[in-house]
Amino acid sequence: MGQRVNAPGAPMLAPKDFKSDYKPVWCPGCGDYSVLSAITKALAMLALKPENVAVVSGIGCSSRIPAYTTCYGFHGVHGRALPVATGLKAARPDLTVLVASGDGDGYSIGGNHFLHACRRNLDLTYIVMDNHVYGMTKGQPSPTTEPDWSSKLAPGGTGLREFHPLVIALASGANFIARAYSGDPNGCAALIAEAVRHPGFSFVEVLSPCVTFRPEQREWKTMVHPAPVAATDDPGRAARRLMTDDGFNVGVLYKGKRPAYARANGGNQTVEALACQFRA
Amino acid sequence: MLKQIEGSQAVAQAVALCRPEVICAYPISPQTHIVEGLGEMVKSGALARCEFINVESEFAAMSVAIGAAAAGARAYTATASQGLLYMAEAVFNASGLGLPIVMTVANRAIGAPINIWNDHTDAMSQRDCGWIQLFAENNQEALDLHIQAFRLGEELSLPVMVCMDGFILTHAYERVDLPTQEQVDAWLPPFEPRQVLDPAEPVSIGAMVGPEAFMEVRYLAHAKQMRALELIPGWADEFRRAFGRDSGGLLHSYRTEDADTIVVALGSVLGTIKDTIDEMRRDGVKIGVLGITCFRPWPLAAVRAALAHATRVVVIEKSLAVGLGGIVTSNVRTSYGGSADAVHAVIAGLGGRSITRASLARVFAAALAGTLEPLSFLDLDGALVERALAREREQRRSGPIAEGMLRDLGVVAARI
Repeated sequence: MGQRVNAPGAPMLAPKDFKSDYKPVWCPGCGDYSVLSAITKALAMLALKPENVAVVSGIGCSSRIPAYTTCYGFHGVHGRALPVATGLKAARPDLTVLVASGDGDGYSIGGNHFLHACRRNLDLTYIVMDNHVYGMTKGQPSPTTEPDWSSKLAPGGTGLREFHPLVIALASGANFIARAYSGDPNGCAALIAEAVRHPGFSFVEVLSPCVTFRPEQREWKTMVHPAPVAATDDPGRAARRLMTDDGFNVGVLYKGKRPAYARANGGNQTVEALACQFRA
Repeated sequence: MLKQIEGSQAVAQAVALCRPEVICAYPISPQTHIVEGLGEMVKSGALARCEFINVESEFAAMSVAIGAAAAGARAYTATASQGLLYMAEAVFNASGLGLPIVMTVANRAIGAPINIWNDHTDAMSQRDCGWIQLFAENNQEALDLHIQAFRLGEELSLPVMVCMDGFILTHAYERVDLPTQEQVDAWLPPFEPRQVLDPAEPVSIGAMVGPEAFMEVRYLAHAKQMRALELIPGWADEFRRAFGRDSGGLLHSYRTEDADTIVVALGSVLGTIKDTIDEMRRDGVKIGVLGITCFRPWPLAAVRAALAHATRVVVIEKSLAVGLGGIVTSNVRTSYGGSADAVHAVIAGLGGRSITRASLARVFAAALAGTLEPLSFLDLDGALVERALAREREQRRSGPIAEGMLRDLGVVAARI
């Protein structure tokens, strides 16, 4: 599940084959350009074809990604990317489905779907471009914004602690959890490819700077570092690591063993697989 | 005090003058500048004793306002477009509970297709939800309507939506006369809620009501809106005396005294219509315009009186009842004593398309010549529609409609 290979003898596609002719409207220097590159690299690495892939998004700067690829795309309403992707995957389980979102779209207005997509464990790859700000509406605090970040909407900061998406994902049942950094497109591509290969719901949180409203995030390049230890499959150990990490640990942080959501017809659910879900 | 400020800032200042106690909002264009302005005032202390809550969605925004108002606080929020639709369940809840929340709706189109520009589809989708709906023609009126909205809502225990055209008004810098705090305090008494948290009589709000009283509760909401129709004209007079200008009221007529053709519209397009009418008046055409300020409750009798001498009515509206035609037009027809055929629906400006004087002049000339259809779409690109229809006739898999049309036009879809 997840990994697919082209027919023998078919020519391999290059990342550029996954990029559409549309010129992105992101600000110069936006981290999302690199995420787009990383996604196209990952799709090429996986030897997929554009027609094997669907990219689903909601609303926000990050959610423009589908139109910039040559894959099937769906640009939905604010916060609803995950349920739309769930419907698409249910109808076409043969497609590799990427879901693109941001910290506003995915963690606040669409936050509830995040919990239940993790629980449902459908074979989706959820890529959240986190820049700790609402960029499209021009600089309001999002759930991952630091409590003391000052903005017009919340001068002096919201005073609210940040949302911790990786811990939430783990607690909700996501089967694969990684953190990537857009400034390292090759590393980001490798993580996305690994997320696609892993069965079930895979979550890749990408630190993707907003140079317009959060110019200080340019410093992220000096702050990110590889995760010091290999990914664990033990949720308890992962929880401790995720709760105590510094937010700049990059790499695969959890690889679970829950079997992916099985279709009612043609599913391959076994007693062992069901028992495994309860242990996970 | 005269100020040259952005419409959103004018509204933020007006809301602040009304001393709200809880403000909650989620960013959405073109409303965001309003709550950003209020956020800064709360932080600076200019707006004292007010709590500003950054919420996770519009659904949460309205729900926070409901909680605050149910506890007896003066609550305010603002939204637009998709945000209003997302909070729709709570919007009905607020009116059903009789909570006098004031909300600005910076009118914007509803997707799909995604569109951030102005029309009235958002507010019209909620026209029957039990909120009072007021539409501002310009930024001065938007400012004034907010001050009136708090008093109106609190007097009747009904929520009030103040609608202003997104971008056209919210982002336009206009001269406005900003009242003083003393003036507003004198006009707007402190909120005396009908529902309070009373330790002597704790009550759980949100009762389940069966057939025995549900209709009566809903009827009372209607009766209160009918009461608003009686109160609003008097308050507009009182407002004029207190603030020295004519703002609000149920409706405004312009050059209709001897007019046999009357144009009806809501919001900022009234300015363009008035300019067009002035030109036609110079040519001796007897034409005038009726601007509806209060859309809910619908001022049935006042509109009927205003249209009494008109032999034809042209409604210019920025909304569409898909499968019927005009929404405002349907309301106007209930008020028009003559033949329903004499009331023409002209759907205009959807998704931010410009409504020009030239196009309006053409429509009004057609109405005078008796050639205007009962329902028409201003400046509709018929060829573009025909190409899409042809595609659907020729192939079953004709693809997504909007993307096909953009391809026909050679427009890049991703540029919004």
